[in-house]
Amino acid sequence: MGKSKRTEMFFGPNHPGVPGNYGINYFYEGDTVVSAEPNPGHLHRGFEKLMEEREWIKNTPLVCRICVMEPDINEMVYAMSFEAIGEIKIPKRAAYIRSIILELARIQAHIFSIGGNCGAIGLYTAMQWGVLTRDYILDIFEEITGGRVYHIYIRPGGVRHDIEDVTLQKILDLLNDLENNRMPEFQKLIFENPIAQKRWKNTAVLNQEDALSLGVTGPALRATGLEHDVRKLMPYAAYDQVDFKVPTGEDGDAWTRLKLKKDEIFQSIKIIRQLVNNIPAGPVSLNLGNALKYKIPAGEAYVKIESSRGEYGYYVVSDGGLKPYRVHVRGTSTPLGLYGVETLLPGCRIEDVPVWAHSLGICPPEFDR
Amino acid sequence: MSKDKSSIFSPAVSFKNLFKKPETIKVPEENKKTAKRYRGFHINDLDKCIGCGTCSKICDNKAIKMVELENVKTELGQRNERPKIDYGRCCWCGLCVDICTTGSLQFTQDYTYINHDAESFSYIPDNKNINKIESAIGYERDQDSELLDLYRIEMQELDAESRVQSFMEIVKGFSKKQAEKEASRCVECDICTEACPASMNIPEYIRGIYDEDLEESLKQIYEDNPLPEVCGRICTHNCESICSISHRGEAVSIRWLKRYAVDNVDLAEYNKILGTEKIHQVDKKVAIIGAGPAGLSAAHYLKLMGYQITVFEAESKAGGMMRYGIPEYRLPYDKLDKDINYIKNLGVEFKFNIRIGKDISLSDIKKEYDAVFAATGLHNGRSTRIPGTENNNVYQAIYLLKQITKGEEIPLTKKIVVIGGGNVAMDIARSLARLQKKKYGQVNVLVTSLETEDIMPADQEEIEEAREEGVDFEPGRGPKEIIVSEDGSISQICTNCCVSVFDDDMNFNPTFDDQDIQNYECDMVVEAIGQAGDNSYIDDNYDIKYEGPRIKVNDKQQTSLPWLFAGGDIVRGPDVINGIKTGHNAAQGIDEFLKN
Repeated sequence: MGKSKRTEMFFGPNHPGVPGNYGINYFYEGDTVVSAEPNPGHLHRGFEKLMEEREWIKNTPLVCRICVMEPDINEMVYAMSFEAIGEIKIPKRAAYIRSIILELARIQAHIFSIGGNCGAIGLYTAMQWGVLTRDYILDIFEEITGGRVYHIYIRPGGVRHDIEDVTLQKILDLLNDLENNRMPEFQKLIFENPIAQKRWKNTAVLNQEDALSLGVTGPALRATGLEHDVRKLMPYAAYDQVDFKVPTGEDGDAWTRLKLKKDEIFQSIKIIRQLVNNIPAGPVSLNLGNALKYKIPAGEAYVKIESSRGEYGYYVVSDGGLKPYRVHVRGTSTPLGLYGVETLLPGCRIEDVPVWAHSLGICPPEFDR
Repeated sequence: MSKDKSSIFSPAVSFKNLFKKPETIKVPEENKKTAKRYRGFHINDLDKCIGCGTCSKICDNKAIKMVELENVKTELGQRNERPKIDYGRCCWCGLCVDICTTGSLQFTQDYTYINHDAESFSYIPDNKNINKIESAIGYERDQDSELLDLYRIEMQELDAESRVQSFMEIVKGFSKKQAEKEASRCVECDICTEACPASMNIPEYIRGIYDEDLEESLKQIYEDNPLPEVCGRICTHNCESICSISHRGEAVSIRWLKRYAVDNVDLAEYNKILGTEKIHQVDKKVAIIGAGPAGLSAAHYLKLMGYQITVFEAESKAGGMMRYGIPEYRLPYDKLDKDINYIKNLGVEFKFNIRIGKDISLSDIKKEYDAVFAATGLHNGRSTRIPGTENNNVYQAIYLLKQITKGEEIPLTKKIVVIGGGNVAMDIARSLARLQKKKYGQVNVLVTSLETEDIMPADQEEIEEAREEGVDFEPGRGPKEIIVSEDGSISQICTNCCVSVFDDDMNFNPTFDDQDIQNYECDMVVEAIGQAGDNSYIDDNYDIKYEGPRIKVNDKQQTSLPWLFAGGDIVRGPDVINGIKTGHNAAQGIDEFLKN
C-alpha cells in the first residue's frame, strides 16, 4: 500500500455527530485523523459582554442560555457569585432545593449525554430513550419552575418558588421508576451491548497527565482514576448534608466515562432522596429589595460548582453598581473543546470523532460564548 | 481491561416496547397538558393595570413596549398605556409577572400559538391571551418570587408623651442608610410626577439619593420646587397616594426622601450646586404681593430669569401660611428660613409690614412695576355663625395659630372644643393640647366635625397622632349652639347628628338629625371650618373677573388685567404645592408678558 493521501475534512457545525453548532477542521490519512483544529464562532452570542450591560436581575434569564443541556448550573454559579460578593446567606431550605434541582439537572444531562453518545455510534433507539427519559424529568422542572428547559429558578437570594410536598413525592416516584425500570433497560440496551462496548472501549483515551495539564475536570478526569469533585472538595448548596460516593474509573476511555455517568446517576438518585427526606421547613428566598435596584458592594468572586461535565465557574467583578462590571464564564469543556482538539484528537479514527466529542462532554456554547 | 457483562441478546430488551402504549402524544388530536405553573402566554387585567411600565423596564429582551390605548381608564395615577408583548423577542422568563406593581399581569397555561402572520406575534394581552381565548391561569407571582420591596422604612418619630410636651419637630428624618434603602424601592415609573401639582422630577431626585448624589437630587428638586424643606415636611403628597408600589404594598416615602435630600445639603453650597452664583440681570421690575408659597415660588423663578423682584409682605416675616398657619412641630422655622434665605440670597428684595390696599395702593405699585403677581392667600377665618359664636371665648383657629407663631400669649382654658375636620383643625387642636399640657398638666381638647372619620379631610396620620396626644374626637356631628351660662362664660356646646355632608351632586349641603342631640362641656370654642381671602386691595378701579369666589386666571395665572397675575390659595388649593405651581406658572407668564 502506498502512502495515503492527506485530506481535509470539515466536521460540523451542521454535522449530526457534533454536539452543538461547533466545528472541527481536521486532516486525515486513511481513516485516521492526523491533525485537527477547532473551528468555533458559529455560536458566539457575546454573553459575557451582554451581562455587563444589564442589571443584575436581568442576567438571570440570560445565563441559563449559556448551556442548553444543563442551564441550572449557570443560574447557580451566577446566584452564588452575587451572594459571595454581597455576603448574602441564603435560607437553608433554599440550599436544599438548589441541590435537588442541580441533581435532577445532572441526571437529565447524563441521560441525554448517554443517549447522545449512543447516537454517535448509531444506536439510535437508546438516543430516543434518552430524550424520552429526560422529558419526564423536564415535566418535574415544569411543575416546579414553570419552564421545561430554561427554568430561571435559582436566583440571587434563594430560589423563585417553594416546592410543594406533592411535587417532592413526584420526584421520589420518578426516581424509583428511573432506578427500577428505566436504568435496567439502559443497562441491557447500552451497557451490556457488545457492539457499544467495542466502539467505546479504548476509544478517545485521555490519560491523567494530559487531563491535568489541560485542566480537564469532571467524568473525563475521574475516568483516569482521580477522585475530583467540587461537591466534595468545596461543598456548596446542601452537599455537605448528604452522603454520596464519587465514582472513578481507570482506563480514561469513552467506555469508562459513560459508565461513570451511569454510576453518577445512581449517586444523584441517592443524594436527592436524602435531600427530599431531610428538607428543612422555612423560607426559600430572601427579599433583596427592588430587583431593578439590586446593588452589591464592589468586589470580586470566583465561584465554582460540579456540573455534569466537571468544574463550572464564574468569575464576577462588581464595581458597586447596578450591573456586573465583568462576568467571565469558565466552561467545563473549554480545555478540551479548544486546546484538546489539537493535541488529543490526532490518532482518532474518523468514525470515532463524534464519540470523542460526545464522551468528553464538549459543550460548545460554554466556551464559544 | 475491565470485564463487563455483555450479550448480543441484551439489546433485545427494546422489543418489549412493541407491546407498550406509546409514551408520546399525537398533536393536535391530543394536546400536551401543561403544569399549573407553566409560563405560557400573558394575560393582563386592563382595569387593574395602571400603565406604569415596570414590566417593560425589567424585560431583559426589550420585548415589552408600552402602547397607548383609548378604551382604558385614565384616572389620576393611571396612564392610558398598556404592555404590548413581542413574542418574537419574549423569552418567557416571567420577570414582568414577578415585578408587576398591581399584579395585573399573569401567564396562562397555553403551550402553542400558530399563525402565518408575523405581525400577530406582537400582542396587547387583556383577559384573553394571544390565542384570543380565556384559558387557565398559569404562572403567577408568589411571595418568594416577589421582585418589589413592598414595605417602607419606618420613620423614627417622637413618642406621643414626649411630643405633647413641646413644639419640637415630631419626625426625626432618615439616616443615610435608611434613605438609600427607601430610595431603592422606587421603580421610577414616573406616575407620581403626573400626580404632583408641581410636576416635580420625583424619580430623578430619588435616584440621586440612591446614587449617593444629593447634589443631583437638589438640582432636580429645584427645577420645579423652591421650597423643598417645606414640602419635604408638610406637603399633601399626592404623589404617595398614587405611587405604583402602593397597589400591593406601601407607597415610597417620597416626602421624607425629599426632606432627607435637602436637609443634608448645606445652604452655603446651594448657589454653586444650582449654578445660581451669577444671574444675568434684566432691567424690568416685578412686584409680588404676599410672601407665601406662591409669592416665594414666583420670586424665585422670576429672579432666575433676571428680573428685579420686590416682595411685599403684610407680616414681619416671610412664609405666609407656612409660618403663621402650620405649627412648628410639623415645620420648624429654621427649615422654613433655609428655603426663604436661599431665595433672599438670589437678590430678591423683601418689604415687610406693608399691607397693600392699606399702606400702599395697588395703583401705586402698578406705576412703579412692570408686572404684579398677587398671592395674598386666605388669611381670614370663617365662622359657623351658630348661636353663641359672638361670645368672647369663641375663636378662630387661623388667628390663634398666627399668635402662637408670633410667640404671643393666647387664651387657653381647661376644656376646649374645636369645630372642624381638616388639617387646620388638627393643627390648632394639637397646638392647644401642647399648651394645655404645659399650663395645666393635662390635655382636654375635643374635635367635632361634620364628617365622619372615614371622610374627614384631615390626613389620617394627623388624626391618629392627635388622638395619641390626648385629643378626643366626636366626628359626624354638627354644631348647633354654644350654650352660654348666665355669667357669660361658655358651659357647653350642643351638637346634632350630621346625616350627610354632601348632596347627590357632591355639593356641600349637610343634613342633620335633630333627634340625636349631644352636649359637650367646654369653656372655649375654636372654629376651624375654612378660611377666606380678602381681595379688597384690588379696588373698584380695576375690572377684575372672578370664577366663583376665586380670581379668574388663564393657564399662566394672568388675570383679566394683563399686567396682574394671581396665584396661590386665592386661585387654587389651598395647599403649599399648588401655590408653588401657580407661582412657577406665573413666573413663566410674566416673562412672556414682559418680553412681548
